[in-house]
Amino acid sequence: MYLRKTILATGVALSALATASFAHAEPTAEVLHWWTSGGEAKAVAALKEDFEAKGGKWVDSPVAGGAGDAAMTVLRSRVLSGDAPAAVQLKGPAIQEWAEEGALADLNDVAAAENWDDVIPPAIQDVMKYEGDYVAVPVNIHRVDWIWANPTLLAKVGADSVPTTWDEFNALADKLQAAGITPVAHGGQPWQDATIFETVVLGLGGPEFYQEALVDLDDDALNSDTMKAVFDQMRKIRGYVDADFPGRDWNLATAMVMNGDAAMQIMGDWAKGEFLAAGKVPGKDFLCAPTPSENGYLFNTDSFAMFNVSGDDKIAGQKLLAELIVGEKFQETFNLLKGSIPARLGVPMDKFDDCAKKSEADLKSAQDAGGFLPSMAHGMALRGHLSGAIVDVVTAHFNSDMTSDEAVSRLVEAVELAKD
Amino acid sequence: MGASQSTESNLAASIQRHLSKIVVAPSFAASLFFVYGFILWTGYMAFSKSRMLPVWDWAGLRQYERLWQMERWHVAIENLFIFGGLFIVTCLFIGCLLAVLLDQRIRAEGALRTIFLYPMALSFIVTGTVWKWLLNPGLGLESMMHNLGWESFKFDWLVNSDMAIYTVVIAAVWQASGFVMAMFLAALRGVDQDIIRAAYMDGASLPRIYFGIIIPSIRPVFLSAIVVLAHLAVKSFDLVIALTGGGPGYSSDLPATFMYTMAFQRNQLGIGAASAMMMLATVMAIIVPYLYSELRGGKKNG
Repeated sequence: MYLRKTILATGVALSALATASFAHAEPTAEVLHWWTSGGEAKAVAALKEDFEAKGGKWVDSPVAGGAGDAAMTVLRSRVLSGDAPAAVQLKGPAIQEWAEEGALADLNDVAAAENWDDVIPPAIQDVMKYEGDYVAVPVNIHRVDWIWANPTLLAKVGADSVPTTWDEFNALADKLQAAGITPVAHGGQPWQDATIFETVVLGLGGPEFYQEALVDLDDDALNSDTMKAVFDQMRKIRGYVDADFPGRDWNLATAMVMNGDAAMQIMGDWAKGEFLAAGKVPGKDFLCAPTPSENGYLFNTDSFAMFNVSGDDKIAGQKLLAELIVGEKFQETFNLLKGSIPARLGVPMDKFDDCAKKSEADLKSAQDAGGFLPSMAHGMALRGHLSGAIVDVVTAHFNSDMTSDEAVSRLVEAVELAKD
Repeated sequence: MGASQSTESNLAASIQRHLSKIVVAPSFAASLFFVYGFILWTGYMAFSKSRMLPVWDWAGLRQYERLWQMERWHVAIENLFIFGGLFIVTCLFIGCLLAVLLDQRIRAEGALRTIFLYPMALSFIVTGTVWKWLLNPGLGLESMMHNLGWESFKFDWLVNSDMAIYTVVIAAVWQASGFVMAMFLAALRGVDQDIIRAAYMDGASLPRIYFGIIIPSIRPVFLSAIVVLAHLAVKSFDLVIALTGGGPGYSSDLPATFMYTMAFQRNQLGIGAASAMMMLATVMAIIVPYLYSELRGGKKNG
């Protein structure tokens, strides 16, 4: 009931904003997003500034809450009532789902003028396109498969770098545990369990296996010995986590690494923001290294999908916005604030920190080796109902004493059920 | 002139006569549409192929089949029975006990009553958050006992998949039993003192008076309390979200949190609607017999 009221109230507020903007003839774009705090809010403000500097009128529609759930509910009702915002923060296959409903606008002319085909990595182009037409624009690339480590704690057991194979990882964790140090800082929330899971799939199975299992949902890959080995490794990692992990937020787990309460955390590079905000220096106060894998790179890209709008001012505003977002200037400012790297190749990296530089360098080598893959845990690889089914099994396994055999058979069943 | 006056007074009289209906009409229409209309709509959605957006394509019972094949739904239903059963029974017991104790004409009854009733004034989000801190092994009770020197003390239900649902029971009972106490206390005060005095005269002991006379005579209050508690249990959502977030894993999921996940996070409106209808059916199974007995009882008395 409370939820419904909030949604109604927000909806009313939004339509009031929308009507207020009719009177003007300048390029207008209403932007629906949920970046309402911290670096993200600053990043959106930067975009707004650029947009207004080009003579556009920005109509801000922030909908906070539930990591975008609330915004998606608003979006549904807006689209159903024929009053879609021009640009909506949307990511991954959700873009395809909206495009299938015929709700998204075609950006091909901006794309051709701005040469997007050459500057956006092909794997990300695939996410932004529906049947060959650009319908969305990427703003950043977060890398998911990172280990964040505390060098002081690693030094206590004689390690000076982050492990590069999962066997080494286990050996190091055993040593840390023997020395009375919690090896892995982790927050027991389903998406965090899934984050570790996908990095293990990438590491133990390799990029090709990752593609088959978590992107194509191939039965043989899901029901394989490699998948069993992945769940075995998950069980091992479960043993490296402290007892109080369930329900912990990811940034509290990051703080454990920062404060020396735990040695390592497996988390995407938004964790870097926590370190930097505390004045820590990469390479000295904390280490960033990819989780063990062969040239793998799991990306999580935020983007704005462009919805069908009517009226010349709105269409002009939408195109201007798309052009600015993919533009070099915005990609640099935004990603410096957000802690990710540009979703556009060839942006100078000299203002970025060492972890971001490594991310950019690895992106290139992963792309050449075919290891540049979309993250399943962060909604880049699969539609919500499919990734949800996988995450359910992963988190149920991680939080119980389920055997790997049972986990694999449940995984196959759950995916089968979600597919039809 | 006289004629117009009489029309005017006729109009006034007819407004007067229908005033109550006119005043109630908007809220009646609103609840007809927003409550019952949306129940029907949700009922239809459960038979449709809806995923991200509501669609009208007929899918028959497919969404219900998929719902019942999901392991997570079974966990949610099982949790509802554990939670609902324990919550209702414990609240009734504690509420009744507190009411009987407060009914002994003790001093400071008003203050005590307020203290016990106060948790009901808190929102479930607050209750959930506070109990999350209290029950967190690293922060709350367990760590306090360890600091006091009781090293072997262990209370890790919140982070234990098998026990997490019981922490929801603890927090919910803490919140609602004061309310149940207030209901019972009001009923106890309504019991005819003459009967009690007569029982005393006959030499009945105090427990016997309570079990033999007072509690049976307040039986209708039990029924009301059960109905109130049962619907609280079925619609529990915020408490679980704040306390356990449905975790560890999805081990403390309840149907309401399951429905939210499916409908709003996973683009599975059809399954979400089907689970909502199952919840409605559960509430109906409790409320309908109650209403039936109430209405029939009313007729008999009238």
